[in-house]
Amino acid sequence: MANKIPRTPVREQAPEVRAANFEEVCFGYNREEALLEASRCLNCPRPRCVEKCPVHVNIPGFISKLAKGEIKEAADIIALDSSLPSVCGRVCPQESQCEGACVLGIKSEPVAIGKLERFVGDWRIEHPELFTPQHPAPNGKKVAIVGSGPAGLACASDLAKEGYEVKIFEALHKTGGVLVYGIPEFRLPKEKIVAKEVEAVSKLGVEIENDVIIGRTMTIDQLMDEEGYDAVFIGSGAGLPRFMGIEGENLNGVFSANEFLTRANLMHAYDDSYDTPIYTGKRVVVVGGGNVAMDAVRTAKRLGADAYIVYRRSEAELPARVEEVHHAKEEGVVFNMLTNPVRILGDEKGWVKGIECVRMELGEPDESGRRSPVAVEGSEFVIDTDVVIMALGTSPNPLIRDTTDGLDTNRRGCIVADEEGHTTRPGVFAGGDAVTGAATVILAMGAGRKAAKAISEYLSEK
Amino acid sequence: MFKIIRKRTLAPNITEMRVEAPRVARSAKPGQFVIVRTDAQGERIPLTICDYNPEEGWVTIVTQTVGNSSRKINNLNEGDAFIDFAGPLGRPSDLLDLPEEELKKKKILFVAGGVGTAPVYPQVKWLKEHGVEADVIIGAKTKDIFTYVNEMKKVGNVYLCTDDGSEGFHGMVTGLMKDLIENQGKKYDHCVIIGPMIMMKFAAMATREYGIPTMVSLNALMVDGTGMCGACRVSVDGETRFTCVDGPEFDGHKVDFDEAMRRQNMYREHPKSLAEKENCKCHG
Repeated sequence: MANKIPRTPVREQAPEVRAANFEEVCFGYNREEALLEASRCLNCPRPRCVEKCPVHVNIPGFISKLAKGEIKEAADIIALDSSLPSVCGRVCPQESQCEGACVLGIKSEPVAIGKLERFVGDWRIEHPELFTPQHPAPNGKKVAIVGSGPAGLACASDLAKEGYEVKIFEALHKTGGVLVYGIPEFRLPKEKIVAKEVEAVSKLGVEIENDVIIGRTMTIDQLMDEEGYDAVFIGSGAGLPRFMGIEGENLNGVFSANEFLTRANLMHAYDDSYDTPIYTGKRVVVVGGGNVAMDAVRTAKRLGADAYIVYRRSEAELPARVEEVHHAKEEGVVFNMLTNPVRILGDEKGWVKGIECVRMELGEPDESGRRSPVAVEGSEFVIDTDVVIMALGTSPNPLIRDTTDGLDTNRRGCIVADEEGHTTRPGVFAGGDAVTGAATVILAMGAGRKAAKAISEYLSEK
Repeated sequence: MFKIIRKRTLAPNITEMRVEAPRVARSAKPGQFVIVRTDAQGERIPLTICDYNPEEGWVTIVTQTVGNSSRKINNLNEGDAFIDFAGPLGRPSDLLDLPEEELKKKKILFVAGGVGTAPVYPQVKWLKEHGVEADVIIGAKTKDIFTYVNEMKKVGNVYLCTDDGSEGFHGMVTGLMKDLIENQGKKYDHCVIIGPMIMMKFAAMATREYGIPTMVSLNALMVDGTGMCGACRVSVDGETRFTCVDGPEFDGHKVDFDEAMRRQNMYREHPKSLAEKENCKCHG
């Protein structure tokens, strides 16, 4: 019986070693391990894992090919639904998606779908010669993509495969959006994985122009009226950091997680051969409990600081992936649950010296269904620290909405778009975090692909 | 790549570069800035746009060497290229929003200090093109480090001052401002100050006493320059604003300059390595 085989453990860097470097934590499966793990899949006739996958990858389909050693065929099956398997295999919250629904998980442990997807994706990257892209005849229509994150890359790929002339405009000097500036090297290698995924998109004939900030360098209207694009897809993400609005937030040593991670990831501040500085002091407190908070705190740890998480709910409510929380704990990150900052304390020179917090207890469930934290009166206490990093979520950048007439946004500043990505402006489509607010790579990728379909329909009717 | 098509030395350690950047040139407005990078290991450095020509496709920047990154910029030569030159960023000067009739009635004073003179130039030039001749105070420690004086004289009424009295009024910009207003009968209803933070602080205190609405252009630390990082946070009237997307120009009477100066020095107190490191100091 296949399901008698225990879940194949994945090799990782030892916690005490990796807490001092930026190399990838998880080594992933080798071929033998991947085939063994693949053999555990029951190939359910009505696979619940597929239902729970936001882009409905044919999971039993690719795993059954993999189990037979037909890796190329497995990659082809994934490619029907996902353009970024090496990325999603690493960063998807599998425990609440595919693996959370796996039947094997009821009595024992679910199939390691994420690790298998990663194995197949990486194998595809290592064998580019087997995946030569088809170049369809150009259909004479031009589409501009705003932003080179997961939504933009996925949308661009699908359109290029249909013969559209596609160009991505990226504001930053590197391509990949949040995959480059947000997610750290130790979770998602930049040269080995992200650059290769971008290269694959370029090979489809997609042109990428960096250093173009839509809303500043050019507007959406200029793209359509002056540069002759027949349609535009906005995948500009949610890059605007939130702060708490508490006393002391502008002291020296208080950073947004975006700033801290951008310095480390995009600007390689952790590497002495790069010019951009980064500061941690001896101790860093990260406020928040999501993946970004985990990325920031583990980056601080790797830079040599004592690293603390402060989160106002309990561990059960942590929005971060289980694996990230587990890894952070192994690496020695200290978790302060049911704790909420009240103000940040500064020294006479205006630098952070501590953060005053209050203990919380869980009260009635709020609109998100999670029990809402309530402050315990008189429980204030101070954590001494040199740096405070706010990881409280992000919202979409206003540059595009402020410079595009007729493009409706909601009260949270997100672009209004339907399931297929149609916005309130004809010919303008949007998807990913720019529409939903900060979410996941796979949802953004899915939205990019849906929009590509809608753009294609719109332009063939035009 | 963004090629340097002309390089001039304006004063010791201060250079002007004309850079081929057609997309930036086409959209640039007075008051905006660019983010540049010299090499793959380099920082993203914000620099205020000093001139631009949409037809010829170039943008001018002026940089004073004060540390590692500005030295890297000034070590580039004609024919070399920036690997990145992104912009225009930030909001254009508020003056551009005024209806022509209202603008023509304005009596505008610019106060420029040090390398802040060059970023004042496109604003004064734009006003001249729109039929408004502004007064411009240019201050420097000594006459040898004046920049952009000849260019400025073509577009505005220039008043010079030096700390050591080597040229023009003997004293600081605030002293010359006082002289113009109290002794020479000048009246102003709008002021724009660009220069070192400490100079902007004191000049804005002076215009507050005269009741002249005042804008200052802040040169905060930045990483992306597009609203993503929040490194450029500044308190204006008690509210936190981002210099890169809400500025760089703010009401000079409402900016918390002490906080802004403290934040500007964040990495000077904690440099990356023993080697001299610093972030942008685009105007002084």
